Amino acid sequence: MSDTTPEEHGRGAVTRRTAVKAGTALLGAGAFARAMAPLTSFTKDITIDEFLQKHYLELDDAHLQKVLRRLEKETKDEYGADVQISDVRPTPGVQFGYALNLSVCTGCRRCADACHHENNHDRRTNNSYIRVFELSNGSLDFSEGSVDYDHTVPQPGKFYMPVQCHQCDEPPCVDVCPVQATWKEADGIVVVDYNWCIGCRYCEAACPYHARRFNWTKPEIPAEEINTEQSYLSNRIRPQGVVEKCTFCLHRTRKGRLPACLEACPTGARVFGNLLDPNSEIRRVLETKRVYVLKEELGLKPRFFYFFDE
Amino acid sequence: MSVGTTDSGRRRVHSGFFRFMWDSLGRATDGSIYFYAWMFALSALALVGAGAWASQVANGMGVTGMSDHVSWGLYIANFTFIVGLAAGAVMMVIPAYLYHDEEMHDVVLIGEMLAIASVIMCLLFVVADLGRPDRFWHLIPGPGRFNWPISMLAWDVIVLNGYLILNLQVVTYLIYKRYRGERPRRRWYLPFVFISIVWAISIHTVTAFLYSGLGGRPFWNTAILAPRFIASAFVTGPAFIIITLQIIERLVPVWKAHGPIETLTKIMRVTILLNLFLVVAEAFTQFYTGGHHDDAAQYLYFGTHGHSALVPWIWTALVLNVSAAAILLIARKDSTYKWLNIACVLAFVGVWIEKGMGLIIPGFIPSTMHEIIEYIPTATEWKITVGVWAFGLLLYTVMVKVAAGVFTGEMADRRRRVATGEATATGQVEAPEPSV
Repeated sequence: MSDTTPEEHGRGAVTRRTAVKAGTALLGAGAFARAMAPLTSFTKDITIDEFLQKHYLELDDAHLQKVLRRLEKETKDEYGADVQISDVRPTPGVQFGYALNLSVCTGCRRCADACHHENNHDRRTNNSYIRVFELSNGSLDFSEGSVDYDHTVPQPGKFYMPVQCHQCDEPPCVDVCPVQATWKEADGIVVVDYNWCIGCRYCEAACPYHARRFNWTKPEIPAEEINTEQSYLSNRIRPQGVVEKCTFCLHRTRKGRLPACLEACPTGARVFGNLLDPNSEIRRVLETKRVYVLKEELGLKPRFFYFFDE
Repeated sequence: MSVGTTDSGRRRVHSGFFRFMWDSLGRATDGSIYFYAWMFALSALALVGAGAWASQVANGMGVTGMSDHVSWGLYIANFTFIVGLAAGAVMMVIPAYLYHDEEMHDVVLIGEMLAIASVIMCLLFVVADLGRPDRFWHLIPGPGRFNWPISMLAWDVIVLNGYLILNLQVVTYLIYKRYRGERPRRRWYLPFVFISIVWAISIHTVTAFLYSGLGGRPFWNTAILAPRFIASAFVTGPAFIIITLQIIERLVPVWKAHGPIETLTKIMRVTILLNLFLVVAEAFTQFYTGGHHDDAAQYLYFGTHGHSALVPWIWTALVLNVSAAAILLIARKDSTYKWLNIACVLAFVGVWIEKGMGLIIPGFIPSTMHEIIEYIPTATEWKITVGVWAFGLLLYTVMVKVAAGVFTGEMADRRRRVATGEATATGQVEAPEPSV
């Protein structure tokens, strides 16, 4: 050490220390990259087009067609099914309403099952937008009811109340969404842009009817079970990590057909139609029957009504 | 990096700032064996959290304990609590200005650094809770579609980011000026300090409105939620700072912590009781009214239909908070701060439960359709939570270390001009010249 001045010696120590620091930093960066490695399996499924895709309401026709074709191709690649994804717009002069006759519903849950298949729900969780509550005669107390009953129906002394999205006219789920990924369409149906939703689930917290579902994992459906007639805003297979909801089967109802849950109902409890058409059955029910609105006190103005026979 | 005297002033500031950042990096990576151990442990925990998050994003949020019934869990619970910590860290200096307590002014800086670390933790917890973090840009006004002013979450994004920028400005400016040996100009920090104090109230109020505005969730739908949030923020902020000040005083003896600690203890003595009073007022209304309005409170405090996952949590919180309040009231001659420190830890953990799991989870149990589906956080959620906390503490440690270095003069600009009439953080107290 005799031939180094104190100054040089000091500089050498600093260099060594800096080298150790740099090495540690490198190790840290490596460990971080290693920790983040699972992200690559997630991002490889996201194309640049998908990442940069604009909000549904900002897409022009040409862009929208490109998006629909891309989604069809993705469905083919990931699920092995040839599907047609359309974009069905609301019809002017139509406001949809839905009513359900509590006097005749037997709680068979065929509506829920029809929804499950029509809307390409995850098979593993047996998801559906409709849940049927079994309640005791003389009470509408849900805390005494059961949604997972497992016995023959109808049971004596019980009645049944299917609950799905009420398509509120003043939807709290739409208000709370920070990115406008969900909105009310001109015909009153509340929809979600599954490619815009960030998955914060604030809407799930805001909905008083438990109408919204989150895709906690990527939906699993065998190719042969996929309903190939799909639309962008309704029953196309949803991506992982986004919220979904009942759309009154807009891919059917906007083309003049009835919701799948109504078609499946064996008791004729369900009545669907245009609230603006004075001759529609839904208008007849609302004008002549005793009607009950669930949680009416919240002031959300639902388009879903329960009614009773005389 | 060589800057001659002929360079323009603007250029000099920039390279001066570069030197500041470089020296800060050096200071943040130099220390005793204990410092290295501490930083290494925090880094390791943060990495575990990062790995858990990456696999959560890849595999879907099914790896968490959340469900469509309990759709927010440990992440949002921690988010809510830490918003309170961020707010409390700055709000606690209000008494300093109200009562012209000048010793407290230097604590502003310590509090604002805590606010910065806390807001960053909050943002990380929000990202951890997103199903699609790749679409975070939808939240940026301009390229995204920002649902402002209707969505309270949009408001929260604004107030939290605004708060972060405000505090970054004040902290960076004051420390940088000190590093350069220049006197900070009041107009470049004092207005921001005052805005930040008012803004602190807004971040926790908006966060409370996020929950209290939901008509379908009676447990949250209460007007005293925002006051409750503010009250407990006035407990956790001072509790954290009291302990931090003692650590700083031990490491950097020129900083005198005694006066501010006395003031903060006086604040806590009141706010901890206020917080408990509000808890009792809420519980009374829920239980005395009865009916289904108290179902969530029933579940939280006593369990319902054989489901009682939160009961041990909330009673632990109550015992901790009441004990902390009792210690603060009884142990007044506590010159070593032993009892004070115990009270601070108890209160901090107590509020973490009460304003975290104890507040978020009962909002979902029973569900809006009165079903009881319980929630237990999974290992993934715990790993991410610990990781975010570790990262936040890491940031805070670095900030405090750099600030301490600058204020003791150990870290000073090599090219600084000869300083005359140096000022401390808020220009109130003269600090000694660098010792070496």
